[in-house]
Amino acid sequence: MLFLQQVSNGIMLGSVYVTVAVAFTLTIGVLNFLNFTIPTLFMLAGMLVWAFSAWGIPFTPIGPMPWQAALVGAIAVTVVASLLVERFTFRFLKTKYGDSTEHAIPLVSSLGFLLIIENLIRIGYGTDTQRFSGPQADMSVNIGGIFLRVPQVVSLVIVLGIVAGLNWILRHSRIGRGLRAIAENPDAANILGVRANKLVPVVFMLTGLLCGLAGVLFAINYGEVSPQIGDDIGSKAIAGMVLGGLGSIWGAVIGGLIIGLTEMLTIHFFGADTVQVAVWGLLLLSLFLRPQGLFGHHSIGKGKL
Amino acid sequence: MSGYWSGILTILALNVIMAYAIFLPVATGQLNLGGAGFQAVGAYGAAYLSAKYGFAVWVTIPFAMILTAFVSFILAFPLLRTKGVYLVLATFAFAEVVGGAILNTDALGGPMGLSVPAFVEYPVPLASAVLVTLFAFYLMATRFGLVMRAAHDDDVVTDLMGVNVRGIRVAAFTIGGALAGLAGALYAHSFSFVEIQSFNAWISIYVLLYVLLGGTQTAWGPLAGAVFFTMLPEALRVVLPALKGWLGFAIGLQGANTAPDESWRFVILGVLTVLMMMFRPEGLITRTMIERLSFRKRRPQLEAVDVAA
Repeated sequence: MLFLQQVSNGIMLGSVYVTVAVAFTLTIGVLNFLNFTIPTLFMLAGMLVWAFSAWGIPFTPIGPMPWQAALVGAIAVTVVASLLVERFTFRFLKTKYGDSTEHAIPLVSSLGFLLIIENLIRIGYGTDTQRFSGPQADMSVNIGGIFLRVPQVVSLVIVLGIVAGLNWILRHSRIGRGLRAIAENPDAANILGVRANKLVPVVFMLTGLLCGLAGVLFAINYGEVSPQIGDDIGSKAIAGMVLGGLGSIWGAVIGGLIIGLTEMLTIHFFGADTVQVAVWGLLLLSLFLRPQGLFGHHSIGKGKL
Repeated sequence: MSGYWSGILTILALNVIMAYAIFLPVATGQLNLGGAGFQAVGAYGAAYLSAKYGFAVWVTIPFAMILTAFVSFILAFPLLRTKGVYLVLATFAFAEVVGGAILNTDALGGPMGLSVPAFVEYPVPLASAVLVTLFAFYLMATRFGLVMRAAHDDDVVTDLMGVNVRGIRVAAFTIGGALAGLAGALYAHSFSFVEIQSFNAWISIYVLLYVLLGGTQTAWGPLAGAVFFTMLPEALRVVLPALKGWLGFAIGLQGANTAPDESWRFVILGVLTVLMMMFRPEGLITRTMIERLSFRKRRPQLEAVDVAA
């Protein structure tokens, strides 16, 4: 029974990884860009939902607000931050010489943004872990001896719904067709009239939305946030994305869940200290044995970077 | 010399050595985001020999270098099968695995860390940093350095010209690993204590940023980047209180401000990174810049070939 409880905990933890992993895989799949600001956007949303509900909006007279407003505000700020990142990182991808580290320019400036946002939050709100009391965080149902916390189940459903919606957008809408065209061949897409400058921000908006959602759901489910939450979640989400295959949305979903389960089951059988070895060992092994991941294609991410 | 400055010089020397350790793979076109992992291997290798068997420094440091070089060499083959984003991720994953493995090895102290009996004064890391710098300059001036640059600029053409690109990359990765091991061993002996928390993912990120900001085209770049960002907090120590007061006043921050001054340093590092990638993505110091500044005669310009003749 304890085992089944751990499995369900693993799936719940995995759903946080899934959301962040889908954000990663979206930018890699469409833009061939490993966006390192994603963990920090996640942290930003989590910290802001706490800050808005405990302190109010900084630099304005608006004081503490109810959690619903804080939630919307935090997600909105995260989306804006993500668009800002696009403006200063991806816009400046210029291939002047075509050498092998030139494609890393957006990656490197996204590392810069990682430092900026994370440390600004530290400066503004300190480095301590803060308690966030969300709605009905303790409400749980008992199904055959397994405790499921209601907010976690709700967020799992929301996450899966959003991923399904995203998948539909990519497959069937005009925007999705444009994005897939850019992913396939940016130059040809440009010649055929796909306006990359209009479509690329859409990817970053979706990224910000996913990270914002993951951040506020994390804050509500786990009841505490700190400026460090992004580091761990971000690297686990990267592991999940790589495991599922770069650029594959359902791959990221499966990969994120596998990482969450691996983590919980490793804790169950071997103790908390071995989690890092298990998760990253799994990733390293999958990189060596099947570099394209479970559902990935050979072509994605193989660019010169 | 006061203990304060000798501490700073030690950190500077370690940062310079780490910068060159990451620079060599980057100069062949491989981004290594696992620097801290290689440094940890060297640090724990030296610390273990010193703590367990009481070997002297001149045994432990070469041992740490050989150990890390060997690990890099073995790792280079599967690692260099991956390209682009995958290579970045694989090196990152390697560093995490090293961290996790050390954390779970009781012989290495686990989360408690390991204290190192043999101590070195600051001249040793400083002299090592100077030697490593000279070595990097020498290496970049040889045929090997030329081939490294060629592999960086265009690996397909370099391959077609009959250069063993894969061999070059493995060699650069291995030498880089040895240097990271040296930095780790010097760290262990300078601070007399190693714990795995000091070799986290942030260290790998900072080192890669130093190198890329300094510029990867010449051996001057890593030196400039490492020196600049080690000295930046010292300069900020003077400017920062005023700046912080002004900024706090400007944006209306009061209270709740428990962040250490280090955060400001990293904000500045981040802003500089973003600006640099926007306006000068090839790094602060480039090949053409060195050519313009040097006193030697410039390379003769190529004559335009008359196609019609």
